[in-house]
Amino acid sequence: MTSVPDPLGMLERMWLIRAFEERVSELYARNQIAGLLHLGIGQEGVAVGLAWGLEPRDRLFGGHRAHAHALARGADPARLLMEIAGRATGYCGGKGGTMHIAAPETGFVTATGVVAGNIPLALGSAYASTVSGDGALGVVAFGDGAGQTGSFHESLNIAALWGLPLLFVCENNGYAEFSPLSAHTKVERLARHAETYGIPAVTVDGNDAAAVLAAVRDGVDRARAGGGPTFIEALTYRLRGHYEGDPGKYRELSELADWKQKDPIARFVADQGLEAESPAAEARARAIVDAATDAALAAPHASVDQLRTQVTAEAVA
Amino acid sequence: MSSPETSAALGADPSDASDPSVMSDPPARAGWSRLSYAEGMALGLREALASDPTVRLMGQYFFGLTPWRRLTVDIRERFPDRVWDPPIAEIGYVGTGIGAAISGLRPIVDVATASFIFQPFSQVVNEAANIHYMTGGQTRVPMVIHVNHGIRGGGAAQHSHSPQAMLWNTPGIKIMTPSSARDVRGLLRTAVEDDNPVFWADHAKLFDYVDDVPDAEERIPFGVAEIKRAGTDVTIVGTSLMVRRALEAAEILAADGISAEVVDPRTLVPFDTETILESVGRTGRLVIVDECHQSCGVGAEIAARVAEHAFDALRAPIRRIATADVPIPFGRPMEELVEPSAAKVVTAVRSLLG
Repeated sequence: MTSVPDPLGMLERMWLIRAFEERVSELYARNQIAGLLHLGIGQEGVAVGLAWGLEPRDRLFGGHRAHAHALARGADPARLLMEIAGRATGYCGGKGGTMHIAAPETGFVTATGVVAGNIPLALGSAYASTVSGDGALGVVAFGDGAGQTGSFHESLNIAALWGLPLLFVCENNGYAEFSPLSAHTKVERLARHAETYGIPAVTVDGNDAAAVLAAVRDGVDRARAGGGPTFIEALTYRLRGHYEGDPGKYRELSELADWKQKDPIARFVADQGLEAESPAAEARARAIVDAATDAALAAPHASVDQLRTQVTAEAVA
Repeated sequence: MSSPETSAALGADPSDASDPSVMSDPPARAGWSRLSYAEGMALGLREALASDPTVRLMGQYFFGLTPWRRLTVDIRERFPDRVWDPPIAEIGYVGTGIGAAISGLRPIVDVATASFIFQPFSQVVNEAANIHYMTGGQTRVPMVIHVNHGIRGGGAAQHSHSPQAMLWNTPGIKIMTPSSARDVRGLLRTAVEDDNPVFWADHAKLFDYVDDVPDAEERIPFGVAEIKRAGTDVTIVGTSLMVRRALEAAEILAADGISAEVVDPRTLVPFDTETILESVGRTGRLVIVDECHQSCGVGAEIAARVAEHAFDALRAPIRRIATADVPIPFGRPMEELVEPSAAKVVTAVRSLLG
């Protein structure tokens, strides 16, 4: 067991993500929200381990499965749920939705629905910080499906070449959309790609939030000391389908049951000795999500008046 | 209007250009300088770099492989820490430019030959163009993406694209297609200060054209067309190098007693439809010359706007002169056949007035 400085804070945030994503799933099943939803249930350990290793100034770029990352960084659950529900009061005014969450004031800069599309953006953010001297790291989270793209490889090469202050965080959940990683590549551990480009890399148990945090801290320390990028491969598992409604016939039920035994929250509770605190932490999280749900469903839908606004940015006076 | 572009296309050194129209230009008026298009580009780049420390250049093929590339060396010497050289990895480095723009810089990213824009097309179209809208205005992408577009001679199918129509079909990106030293310099200053991704399409065959450029700094607003030559019988709309073709055609037509008005929109996004409608309202005839492929090209959109809004003013059908809908062939006779030319414009105008 690895000790962490703020175990209760981490646990509460993992419960918040779990409760939030379960609520999103319920709302979708009840037709109260629409969209192509990709939930992070089962991957809370990576999001929270990552977020607890960063500073507010660091800039995280997420992908299509990013609710957890936004919440981990501190996004307001109500505004996030409003966005997922297409409401005017959501983070993006209902224009982005589930795959395009942005809460820049929390350090969750933006998300993309295009696999690997976010990776070079984080490079640019890291480059900008070397110019401004603001010390902000670029951080990008992506799945194992990204590892086979040109965007991934071009970005690893450039980040290494320029020594950018950057963390690559690969959430390897073993499935690229609907098929196992083995159907996509012969490379079982995507961290090996990083080694090719001379980037220090580590593979950790992504369901062990404390282990993720330790790996993130190593990478953060390296980047802040001018040592360039680090690649963290976190092995994890999504306990839901690729998207909500995915029948998931490509996975064995026994495998799902096996991974449920490795639930990152239960693991963290046991490792950190939080059995006494966990029920209250879960209850607080569920109460927050209940309140967020009430607020989101009562919020006005995105107005058609806003259809043609923000296509291009107006000059700032 | 001279046509000094042959030397650029062939890679001759313009400093010993044999084209007398370049060397014998009249002296500049007080407060103005005679600059080539390439020198106008370089002036705009230098001014942008000098005026704002967040401006960075990425890439070094702004002038292609023409002799004007020496101007890049000059910029590097003046701003040694402000130019970044990426590997040949357009997805990676254009995306890096977008991320840098999100995070406080104002990058000018050079993709060199326009055909290469398709490598990072997802970064441009899915990320840069959408981010402001899909974040509900929370995030801005103040950057310029530069290409050299068009048929430069011998580039064949993979070094001759004019992708501006495809990007005009992409909400969220501004597009500038200058045709003169003054315009490229002044539009670039505006582009760099804009908070949106701006696609800057130059044509290598424009680099040698010389025009008057004010010595004082100038920012030319987007969305304001310029009537490059006034006329009464027909409106010819062109963009980028095709403005030069239109002006050459107007000169030929003038000898026949036909008065052609040449309108240069200068930017496609935003687009100054009004000036074109007013011109067509006066002339009653419209010919559009455009180097995109004809189908769904820049000319197609302009024709549609005029047909929708000024149908009653038209005394003849709208004519489009565009690149034929075939991949650009290598052999010169075939290349000449597919590309728009002054002669094709002249023929089209005569057919309308015949």
